[in-house]
Amino acid sequence: MKLTLNVWRQSGPNTPGKMVKYDLPNVNEDMSFLEMLDVLNETLIAKSEEPVTFEHDCREGICGSCGFMINGKAHGGFPKTTVCQLHMRHYKDGDEIFIEPWRATAFPIVKDLMVNRSAFDRIIQAGGFISVPTGSAVDGNAIPIPKSNADRAMDAAQCIGCGACVASCTNASASLFTSAKIAHLNLLPQGQPEKLDRALKMVTVMNEEKFGSCTNLQECEATCPKGISIENIAIMNRHFVEASFMQRPAMSEGGAG
Amino acid sequence: MTLNSRIPTGPIEKAWESTKFNMKLVNPANKRKYHVIVVGTGLAGGACAASLGELGYNVTAFCFQDSPRRAHSIAAQGGINAAKNYRNDGDSIYRLFYDTLKGGDFRAREHNVYRLAQVSVNIIDQCVAQGVPFAREYGGTLANRSFGGAQVSRTFYARGQTGQQLLIGAYQALERQVASGQVKMLTRSEMVDLIVIDGKARGIVTRNLVTGKMDIHIADAVVMGTGGYGNVFYLSTNAKGSNVTASWRAYKRGALFANPCFTQIHPTCIPVSGEYQSKLTLMSESLRNDGRIWAPKQLGDKRSADQIPEGDRDYYLERMYPSFGNLAPRDISSRAAKRVCDEGRGVGETGLGVYLDFRDSIQRLGENTIRERYGNLFEIYERITGENPYKSPMRIFPAVHYTMGGLWVDYHLMSTIPGLFVLGEANFSDHGANRLGASALMQGLADGYFVAPYTITNYLADTKLEKVSADHIEAKGALENAEGITKRLLNAKGKKTVTQFHRELGKTIWDYCGMSRDEAGLKHAIGKVQELKEEFWKNVTVPGSGSDLNQQLENAGRVADFLELGELMCIDALDRNESCGGHFREEYQTSDGEAQRDDEKYSYVAAWEYKGEGAAPALNKEPLTFEYVKPAQRSYK
Repeated sequence: MKLTLNVWRQSGPNTPGKMVKYDLPNVNEDMSFLEMLDVLNETLIAKSEEPVTFEHDCREGICGSCGFMINGKAHGGFPKTTVCQLHMRHYKDGDEIFIEPWRATAFPIVKDLMVNRSAFDRIIQAGGFISVPTGSAVDGNAIPIPKSNADRAMDAAQCIGCGACVASCTNASASLFTSAKIAHLNLLPQGQPEKLDRALKMVTVMNEEKFGSCTNLQECEATCPKGISIENIAIMNRHFVEASFMQRPAMSEGGAG
Repeated sequence: MTLNSRIPTGPIEKAWESTKFNMKLVNPANKRKYHVIVVGTGLAGGACAASLGELGYNVTAFCFQDSPRRAHSIAAQGGINAAKNYRNDGDSIYRLFYDTLKGGDFRAREHNVYRLAQVSVNIIDQCVAQGVPFAREYGGTLANRSFGGAQVSRTFYARGQTGQQLLIGAYQALERQVASGQVKMLTRSEMVDLIVIDGKARGIVTRNLVTGKMDIHIADAVVMGTGGYGNVFYLSTNAKGSNVTASWRAYKRGALFANPCFTQIHPTCIPVSGEYQSKLTLMSESLRNDGRIWAPKQLGDKRSADQIPEGDRDYYLERMYPSFGNLAPRDISSRAAKRVCDEGRGVGETGLGVYLDFRDSIQRLGENTIRERYGNLFEIYERITGENPYKSPMRIFPAVHYTMGGLWVDYHLMSTIPGLFVLGEANFSDHGANRLGASALMQGLADGYFVAPYTITNYLADTKLEKVSADHIEAKGALENAEGITKRLLNAKGKKTVTQFHRELGKTIWDYCGMSRDEAGLKHAIGKVQELKEEFWKNVTVPGSGSDLNQQLENAGRVADFLELGELMCIDALDRNESCGGHFREEYQTSDGEAQRDDEKYSYVAAWEYKGEGAAPALNKEPLTFEYVKPAQRSYK
């Protein structure tokens, strides 16, 4: 099939960008969207033009590297699908497609379709972990976990950190991302000791990183390629409120001995 | 070069314990005086960096992705083995050790494999404590499934995303150390050379992939957890960014490269659909628990699967290997699929495919149970092929998946360059000539959490390290070398793109050094790869400059190294006149077509030594001795 692509080109974070039009005459319906961009890039190189920069790695929908807006929708807007897993059979001959990077203050553009998502790492650094140094674990079966809890934790833990939730949200809120981690760890017995501290710190850093607030638009859940539920946001809010009332900073270690 | 593998003496059950006791320690206050570089943040590198940070070392970790959470370990689907024997089905450390050694066709070191089996139990405990949401039974205990090459259920899993969950666990542990300031994390940075001073690894040169700037980083030890080299084949299940560059440049600085021809072809991947194809997608081996593999009995049977009656189907794995059936090890299952297709019984448009059929399991267990077990894998399949595997069988074909070969390391996971430690898939150590399913995650985490932190401490405590700076002549030399490579790539200004070269290389290696090899083919391939390499440096085109983000340039450097590695793989495959595991030489097979080892002549690790540009690499042999498990013809019948 023949497609017309409009691709956002921007050489760096501080340079202005613009849409550039490309005609692609031979697109096969079994190609993935990224393979279609590979073909575009090969033709650009042959014409001594600069290829389009886009982030990608595993191309199996699990590493979370890829992602951009297609016709205004994150990852193209197909249910539970990242762009690397989106195949061209969903488009038809003659279609015009608009491709843009994630748009959010917290995700500055690096180049073309590539953005800087390191704010996500900093949210995890704030408390998205269980403090258990290597070697200090008890036997794996010592603490039974009800299957339903383990399953719910797993549902939340599936997040791939791609940023589609932020990009699809009018407020550019990172609530779905942050809450998925809080829920994953706070639903497990191992996560209990740091439960309130985690909610408080992660939400605080999320706000500091210039993500917007959640206003229950649910766009994030609709676009999430892993189907993460906004139920997690409710869990986050509950634990955050609880923490705001209850949590006192821990005493620092030490003392004479 | 004499290879000292530093294998401990005494009974194998006590070997790791006594090695640990005899190791030197660094007292807590002194640990912060040491600086350790960790390259790669997958299971091995990420776990190691986190653990070293917890111990109190100053760590700088590097990854080429935008975040350590993206490392390719994330894509592992099926599970992780551990000798917990929670099923009461006869598992033990000794059995996991035995299965792994046998699965590797007796081309791995006994002591390494035994240690791996021992620490496997600690890995599960550690990961559960980190919050890895492993699958559970209704009683709240951990669930297990079976994997190829084993008759016990010892594989722990988190749906079809076990690698993801284990990596996120390691990533979170790592970010905790980043937050505490113990680990400095540099993302979008690629290692482009190793700095060796006075014979010891003392740092690396990196390229900042955003600004293009090359930097020198000096340290007391360097750890590489940089993954495997499966992308030499162009089409593989590896992530697009996975590359051999860190390993290869360390090889050129004096680290030996062991068993490069031992590569694993995974039997269950989605078949190739066209020329534009950029990568292949794995369908987890766990599917073989409930899926049955078959091909039509008649040649060129073009009927659709549901039109082929039971009597016309050949469940060839069940027929040929009745005791392991569909769970025969990967090398054996892949070869069987290739033979079926070579005979002309393959399915799908290309004839390069066989069926993986869930009809019987769905009838027995119901669609819901199958969905619960493999739902996400079925979704991936449907998304890629547009076919519904609940209704019609999956079509699968073998694809490159893992590389058992890698940098040579001793029992301490140290390479032939003192101070350079190599972990996970990047080293050669534990899987011999074939890796069993669910053992890669186990090895990566074993190395990273439970082995390297001890052995690195021992090295630091036991070694006199002079103070060196970034101004050292060797450091500057490495920087110049790396800059020189970039310049050459940009100045070639030829006609062919990097991807075109990579595809050609991949096809050659797949055709002649893939699922089966023979002398004539390998000789032909060596010539062809040499020609391609020569053409590459004259005729490659790399657009843009070296002073900003340039994905083509990144890729060009990686393909340049794959071209050299591809030749070494063929040399190694040609030199090994036997068949073992994933290395199948047509000339050496039993009367029923199984791999024919030659233990008298080839019971060794082939460790290749770089001798300079254009010179033939030198072969060093580390003999393998088997005290505990007698090598036998591997039988899964």
